[in-house]
Amino acid sequence: MAQPFRLSRGGRIDRSRPLVFQFNGRPVQGYAGDTVASALIANGIHLVGRSFKYHRPRGILSHGPDEPSALLSVDRGPGRIDPNNRASVVEVRPGLRTASQNHWPSLEYDIGAVNDLLSPVFVAGFYYKTFMWPRKFWDKVYEPFIRAAAGLGKAPVEADPDRYANRHAHCDVLIVGAGPAGLAAALAAARTGKRVILADEGAEPGGALLHDTTSEIDGRPAAQWLAETLADLDGRENVILLPRTTAFGYYNHNHVALAERITDHLPGSATPGPRERLWQVRAGEVVLAGGSHERPLVFADNDRPGILLAESVRVFLNRYGVAPGRRIVFATNGASAYTAALDARNAGLDVTLVDLRLEADCGPELARLRAAGVTVLTGHTVIGSKGRKRVTGLIVAPLGSDGRCGGRRVLDCDCVGMSGGWTPAVHLFSQSRGKLAYDEGIDAFVPATSAQAERSAGAARGRYDLAACLTDGFAAGAAAAGSEEQRAFVATPTLTGFQPVRIMPTDADPAKVRAFVDFQNDVTAKDIKLAVREGFHSIEHVKRYTTTGMATDQGKTSNMNALGIVAGQLDKALPAVGTTTFRPPYTPVSFGTLVGPARHALFDPIRTTPIHAWAESQGATFENVGLWRRAWYFPRPGEDLHAAVARECKAVREGVGIFDASTLGKIEIVGPDAAEFMNRMYVNPWAKLAPGRCRYGLMLKEDGYILDDGVVARVSDECFHVTTTTGGAPRVLAHMEDYLQTEWPDLQVFLTSTTEQWAVIALQGPKAREVIAPLVDEIDLSPEAFPHMAMRTGRICGVPTRLFRVSFTGELGFEINVPADHALAVWEAIVAAGQPHGITPYGTETMHVLRAEKGYIIVGQETDGTVTPDDVGLAGMIAKAKPDFVGKRSLARPDVVASGRKQLVGLVTEDPKLVLDEGAQIVSDTNQPIPMRMLGHVTSSYWSPNCHRSIAMALVADGRALLGRSLYVTTPTGFTRVTVSEPVFFDIQGERVHA
Amino acid sequence: MLETRYRAARALPLGALARAATGGPNVTVRPAGAETRFSLRVRLPGQQAAPRVAGLALDGPINTVVTEGETWAARLGPDEWLIGGPEADADLLQGRIAQALAGLPHALVEVSHRNVGIDVSGPRAAVALNAGCPLDLSEAAFPAGRATRTLLGKAEIVLIRLTAESRYRVECWRSFSTYVHGFLNEAAFGVEGPAEH
Amino acid sequence: MLLIACPHCGNRPETEFRCGGQAHIARPEQPGALNDEAWSQYLFVRKNPRGVHAERWCHAHGCGRWFNALRDTVSDRFLETYPMGAQPALSPESETRA
Repeated sequence: MAQPFRLSRGGRIDRSRPLVFQFNGRPVQGYAGDTVASALIANGIHLVGRSFKYHRPRGILSHGPDEPSALLSVDRGPGRIDPNNRASVVEVRPGLRTASQNHWPSLEYDIGAVNDLLSPVFVAGFYYKTFMWPRKFWDKVYEPFIRAAAGLGKAPVEADPDRYANRHAHCDVLIVGAGPAGLAAALAAARTGKRVILADEGAEPGGALLHDTTSEIDGRPAAQWLAETLADLDGRENVILLPRTTAFGYYNHNHVALAERITDHLPGSATPGPRERLWQVRAGEVVLAGGSHERPLVFADNDRPGILLAESVRVFLNRYGVAPGRRIVFATNGASAYTAALDARNAGLDVTLVDLRLEADCGPELARLRAAGVTVLTGHTVIGSKGRKRVTGLIVAPLGSDGRCGGRRVLDCDCVGMSGGWTPAVHLFSQSRGKLAYDEGIDAFVPATSAQAERSAGAARGRYDLAACLTDGFAAGAAAAGSEEQRAFVATPTLTGFQPVRIMPTDADPAKVRAFVDFQNDVTAKDIKLAVREGFHSIEHVKRYTTTGMATDQGKTSNMNALGIVAGQLDKALPAVGTTTFRPPYTPVSFGTLVGPARHALFDPIRTTPIHAWAESQGATFENVGLWRRAWYFPRPGEDLHAAVARECKAVREGVGIFDASTLGKIEIVGPDAAEFMNRMYVNPWAKLAPGRCRYGLMLKEDGYILDDGVVARVSDECFHVTTTTGGAPRVLAHMEDYLQTEWPDLQVFLTSTTEQWAVIALQGPKAREVIAPLVDEIDLSPEAFPHMAMRTGRICGVPTRLFRVSFTGELGFEINVPADHALAVWEAIVAAGQPHGITPYGTETMHVLRAEKGYIIVGQETDGTVTPDDVGLAGMIAKAKPDFVGKRSLARPDVVASGRKQLVGLVTEDPKLVLDEGAQIVSDTNQPIPMRMLGHVTSSYWSPNCHRSIAMALVADGRALLGRSLYVTTPTGFTRVTVSEPVFFDIQGERVHA
Repeated sequence: MLETRYRAARALPLGALARAATGGPNVTVRPAGAETRFSLRVRLPGQQAAPRVAGLALDGPINTVVTEGETWAARLGPDEWLIGGPEADADLLQGRIAQALAGLPHALVEVSHRNVGIDVSGPRAAVALNAGCPLDLSEAAFPAGRATRTLLGKAEIVLIRLTAESRYRVECWRSFSTYVHGFLNEAAFGVEGPAEH
Repeated sequence: MLLIACPHCGNRPETEFRCGGQAHIARPEQPGALNDEAWSQYLFVRKNPRGVHAERWCHAHGCGRWFNALRDTVSDRFLETYPMGAQPALSPESETRA
């Protein structure tokens, strides 16, 4: 029979829409509006998982987000496998495939359950105690074992095919939770016209009102009040109502993160639109109305399938129209379970209630329940439960006035609803850094001191009565919206109040009782007591030692019981023990939601130059340089990196090569004080640089170390065209702006980034002039009129250009700056004009080799933030006469002028074919004892086609004093001998650039 | 021949002027055509009235934009404006601004090719922009005449709203335009689907 | 994510800003006149208070301007933002003691 535990009427499910989904491969029937948990219960399925450590059979404890045990893997198709979903919140839809976790070979017969028999071994701190020695076992034995045993569920192996959205939103009032308090808050705030966002994690807004079939609000049934309220809010333009949206993180300055689940509950797999959306809300005020969580009772074997929270029994009955059992025993220490028991009785079920409280301590609930014909045993404790994969009975005993247990008795049942009292959901409040205070009247921590513009309302601050919730919520919503409006609600009184108990009194041997506190982590009361005995007195330490309160549920059901046990063991008051820190997320959030659109091409911007498409069409291989994608080399058919680079290197030195240098940073420095500003920012002298001339500029940080370098052209008296390294462009501009704005605001200078305005085509090689001569107008290219390190403005291919005669190769060369949108046309024209001269496109690898042959440094390769100009042989750049520039004073620091600093040298290997490893360490004597004294390291190393041998540069302690000496460099297999040389390997006289 | 080509066409990174708009029914994303842009930096004289340049008043509040015909000037900071206009007016505009500011230390740097424009329009344009832009783009907070530098995802943009229409200009640097365009299209997708608010 | 009041642009999200560390450390007029000890103090020694801290911030992805701020390092609350070169209306020290 399908759905034997479905009640014949009632519930908010849609009985006109039956559907079938799968659980462990079996078809399960349910209705639209069911959760997986309610549908499973409707079919009498309570065993839904194995516990983490002991592999004990576990069922469904809760109806909501606090569920610790019923964690399922949900399979919505390839790449859409999602582990650790709480059965209590996953909405069923046709064809959904769900499966239980943490068992082998099957849920019914799980080998791992042997751990349950070995439980005396798996005590608190088991891992810490067991996996200590021998030390060599760590890598090969212990760690693999722990990793294999750790974790629940399996991650999907395919890429997630779904798409996820992100949205920044602003509102005046954000209300978290659409139960009675949140709805009343929204009503109050919405009336002011302020912008309101109301977010609720449930499929339907309403919270506790969704399963309250007996209360009335302002003379109407609660369900009717809910419908009217939602209609009111829905009709308001200033209200955004977000169902299925969890506020999971409360960050600084009222920045709250919400996860909205958009499509998972919809039938069909190809639903258009994003699967989930991350809302990043910046709220003027926040109202936290997240309700409260019920506590389990701690007694032996309180974890059997069929044992639920009492309120959850009520939810399954009233909201989903399913009976968690036919013979239900409620066990409680307070009044709220009586409401659940009464609803169960009215649903026609066999109900018994066991109350720890004495008859005299009970309220009017007692008489009402007895009047309904329910047996109530007051002054009784719960000793344990019977059954294995499903509860079959509850063992109870009367408590004598001396606290001793009387005769045991077994109450036969197929379901237990337990209630150990209530805990306000203060998670988001605590995340906001608000301070909690212990309220003894309700045995709970409640929000006390706010750190941000927020307030809690309703059950989230311990107001459990329905009318009080509504009134409190309305006042909070009004106040958050800047209004003083108050409204008193009239509602059916709620049965509240309980006598706190940490562990149910028992006559059993405490050493043999396993009474679970944290169901998800298999932490028992005994474990917590042991931890305290072993000296873990801070609650944060107890948490980490026992793992109580960890993992996906973050101890929503367990925290107060755990705190209480620790406090009792230490004989301290609860406030003195305090709580553990609440951290985001409130409930698990998918990685997709956190990542949002930042995947694939949108993971990071990929910056390309105007020449990029051309390079792609030529088969270039690319490398990432920061966010830029640059042509690395241009292989011809059959060529690898080395062959292509060798060919490109020779082509540049023998003919002409063309290189895309567009990524170079460029800054236009303009103003009457431009030269003075340059003087202060760079080590070089600038005052006498004539317009139309260039200079290699070296820039330091204030600590004297090299920050960046690049060629600078003086365009006019008051205008410099500065170039920076590719990676240094933003850094250099920010560095300059900082000094300009904060140290020298009196200077009349303005900085503008022109990195992307100008594309740069480097044309290098002896034939460079011949190639561009026919294309250039308005510039005399002759060596006399246009020498090395000069800049001219004119036209190339009709396009305005700043033409630099500069070289990073040591050859005759030009860097042709043209407006970016014209660069491709100019490039193609140059390539066409260069065909007769064998023009060869080259990439960054060849650029690196050619500059290394000349000993030109690259900032970030020869330098690492601790290198001074003198260290790399560039002390000659420094204008000695300048009284000051950024970094000058530091060049006289004791550690900078001391001997022994690492200096740039060349290294020549004994074996000319051996190319050293960049980063390899250098020593003077391989026979010295370990640890050896490292003299420095290799900074650049290449095969040089033009030198027909390997070349390398290195930073070596006092290196310039070691010219001609032998040193040793580490190799993958040992050491190799090298000779220290000048760091220049080709055209040592430097004549070729002047051709 | 080459000169003709220069005058005729700029190879825009997002393609030709006629490039089709993308997006969904609620949001349209359309790369703008070739335009002229200048970065103007000048410290306005404290006492006397700020000069008008090319018909544009410079003394409006920071984060506002003023227009004169097809020319606009967005004040991005106390001494910084981004000025835009039709491609054909480049030389004229430059000359007029330079003339207006003669004698006042300033920097007028052409950035026509540095910047790329993308127009985002449609009833849900602001919501789509909020996929990556963290600012409050509500009518009250970002009305017509607003302009500011900000972020869109991981790229810096200048966001300009010239009119009361639900139409925004996104300006970014050239090499970020592929990312920004792709991001806006994904954002247009992100506001579609069921249960959108 | 912090919300920071740029003196020019008003409240803006933290991602638009860059923090520049402790404020009110002027570069010496004549660095060459400082001895090594004084120079190292200027260069390297910074406060790291638990409480109110005067910091430099730059609205890098906004107006591009540097400004100063008083921030409580415990609560991350901004007490005040004020232009470069100005002094805060509140005194960091008195706020720290309070």
